[in-house]
Amino acid sequence: MPFQRSSSGEHLFLSDPGELSKPAIDVAPDEIEAMAKGCIRVLDPEGQAVGPWNPEVNTGELLAIYKAMVTTRIFDSRMLISQRQGKTSFAIESTGEEAISTTIAKVLGPQDMAFPTYRQAGYLIARDYPVLSMMNQIYGNENDPLFGTRLPGLYSSREHGFFTISGGLGTQVPQAVGWAMATKFKEEDSVALAFVGDGSTATSDLHTAMTFASSFMPPVIIAIVNNQYAISTNEKTARGMASTFAQRGIGYGLPSLRVDGNDVLGVMSVTKWARDRALAGYGPTVIEYLTYRAGAHSTSDDPTRYRPKDEYSSFPLGDPIDRLEKHLESVGVNQDVLGQIGTDAEAFIAATNAEAEAAGTITTHAPPSIAKAFEVVYEHMPQHLQLQRSEAGF
Amino acid sequence: MTATETPTRRITTAKAMAEAIGLEMRANPDVFVMGEDVGAYGGIFGSTTDLFGEFGADRVIDTPISETGFIGAGIGAAVEGLRPVVELMFVDFYGVCMDQISNHMAKIHYESGGAVKVPMVLMSATGAGYSDAAQHSQCLWGTFAHLPGMKVVVPSNPYDAKGLMASAIRDDNPVVYLFHKGAQGLVWMEKNPRSIGHVPEEAFTVPIGEAAIAREGSDVTIVTLSLSVQHSLDVAEQLEGEGISVEIVDLRSLVPLDRQTVLDSVAKTGKLLVVDEDYKSFGLTGEIAAIVAETDPTMLKKPVKRLAVPDVPIPYARSLEYGILPTRERIAEAVKDLMA
Repeated sequence: MPFQRSSSGEHLFLSDPGELSKPAIDVAPDEIEAMAKGCIRVLDPEGQAVGPWNPEVNTGELLAIYKAMVTTRIFDSRMLISQRQGKTSFAIESTGEEAISTTIAKVLGPQDMAFPTYRQAGYLIARDYPVLSMMNQIYGNENDPLFGTRLPGLYSSREHGFFTISGGLGTQVPQAVGWAMATKFKEEDSVALAFVGDGSTATSDLHTAMTFASSFMPPVIIAIVNNQYAISTNEKTARGMASTFAQRGIGYGLPSLRVDGNDVLGVMSVTKWARDRALAGYGPTVIEYLTYRAGAHSTSDDPTRYRPKDEYSSFPLGDPIDRLEKHLESVGVNQDVLGQIGTDAEAFIAATNAEAEAAGTITTHAPPSIAKAFEVVYEHMPQHLQLQRSEAGF
Repeated sequence: MTATETPTRRITTAKAMAEAIGLEMRANPDVFVMGEDVGAYGGIFGSTTDLFGEFGADRVIDTPISETGFIGAGIGAAVEGLRPVVELMFVDFYGVCMDQISNHMAKIHYESGGAVKVPMVLMSATGAGYSDAAQHSQCLWGTFAHLPGMKVVVPSNPYDAKGLMASAIRDDNPVVYLFHKGAQGLVWMEKNPRSIGHVPEEAFTVPIGEAAIAREGSDVTIVTLSLSVQHSLDVAEQLEGEGISVEIVDLRSLVPLDRQTVLDSVAKTGKLLVVDEDYKSFGLTGEIAAIVAETDPTMLKKPVKRLAVPDVPIPYARSLEYGILPTRERIAEAVKDLMA
């Protein structure tokens, strides 16, 4: 294997919790280049929030994120089972990475727009998008809000600030930059946030987007989710000789930070810093969120062929849900409260899934009308599609 | 119409395009232009002439050289609510940005279940005839028209150039607007006089999806588009003296395609020549022939003739290049073959 890494985690370039300072939002990018090589962390091993990046958030907000994370994990595992049962063709999960999507969903404002990948279902769940609609989309039944047109899990909801997910990778970063250029032009107080994976940092789209971000300075956050794997290849394959992915941003003159992506408080604090900076008119920020893809890439993948089975259990940044639980307990939240959230989420997902399955799955459903496949290609169906639809018998 | 305007004010196709964009920008603050050298330069084929001076760098944006970057950014801006007019300098450069065009610009409406509009114009220069060789001379409109989700318009003269641009900017779908360099009326390029024509000063639209009868006739129908319309009109005038009456259908829009105008003309003449400067196989000429054949082949008194660019890259040397283009001579010869 050309890109073997040590198992000690040296490649993660971790700092200690509370170690890194917190700059003002108007800091010059070249003054914080060290932030691209270290790793901002707030939660210490005992679950205490330490250091200048502690967002001082109230317990209620954290409990809402905790609920979204737990719900996302149960949702993912339920959809995995459905795929194995043949009720959908495909499922893709975010297990181990829930802190990032759910926390960012809470930090961004209602007018902001996230450009997600397929591993940010937690964003929709944290924004109270109906889980039933997600399941209907995955089952492709007649209640699918996208009319059975899209790969399972490629959601779209403008009103939840969730851009239509692209099946291709890296492609949405230039779009997010353009969206942010437009919002700046219209003098609106909103930001765009583009998700991209460690593997997709290799796409030309990301680099061209960073050039445009640097040239036009729009309010955009480029969120690199480093979950250690691009299907089977580990992050070193795309990282090459650089120490970190965040360092890519330095060459473009963009402030670039790394954060412990399994630390809800760290994710919240760093994302909020970048958003405040963008809204104050200081332009783009690159953030690398460090995490670990605990599950397979998708239901088409078998991770036992390329990585040790126990790698996740020894991952130095641990599990994001466990870590938030520990913190919540340390600030006095009763274990029963957390347990009840989990129990409620289990019941909610089971009941919602039953309702979705009743409307049909990929094998049993009353499908959405195939006419829809013709109707939404253009705003109004042109004559040639009307003709072709009638030729198809609809 | 202003007091100083004469009813026969004549301008180039390039000027007509820029004028249309300027009028839309004045009427709607959401319209802006983005691309390579669209600013002070005015577009290398004149499509954004003088816009920078009036609207400034915030609304006429010169970009770094990344087609993926500025087409992607245009998509994002369109989704956010602006109406970008994005120039891809040569259509030949589609190879570096076709993912943004075909998989994103053209599909986001569909992939959002119809919830997200992409009201964007992608304009691009097409065409050969001035020794710019294989990577700067293609038409490729058949490629864009083949892929679902975008409208495709191809004006042949100044009037349509202005009216179709206004329609494209006001359309809520992504519209690919392909203009022919040889029909722009540029001073540095050999030009047909038809590239300069009467265009009203005020804003007006030409509907997308409607072909035009560029010339009425009774013996032969030529279905064509873009610069080949100008060539065909020249040929028709010449053949009139030889007693041949040619009807010319200027398609103007490929998506949606005005099938009825094509069918009505062929029903009238019974003879069809399709002229196209795009490649011959799997393209526009075959599509038009198929529409006639699957509707009513008995309309045809003679087999369909197709005159298109052979399936070879466009050569550089003048003699080779003109050896493959649909020239006036070839069009005239094909019409005479149909009349024989």
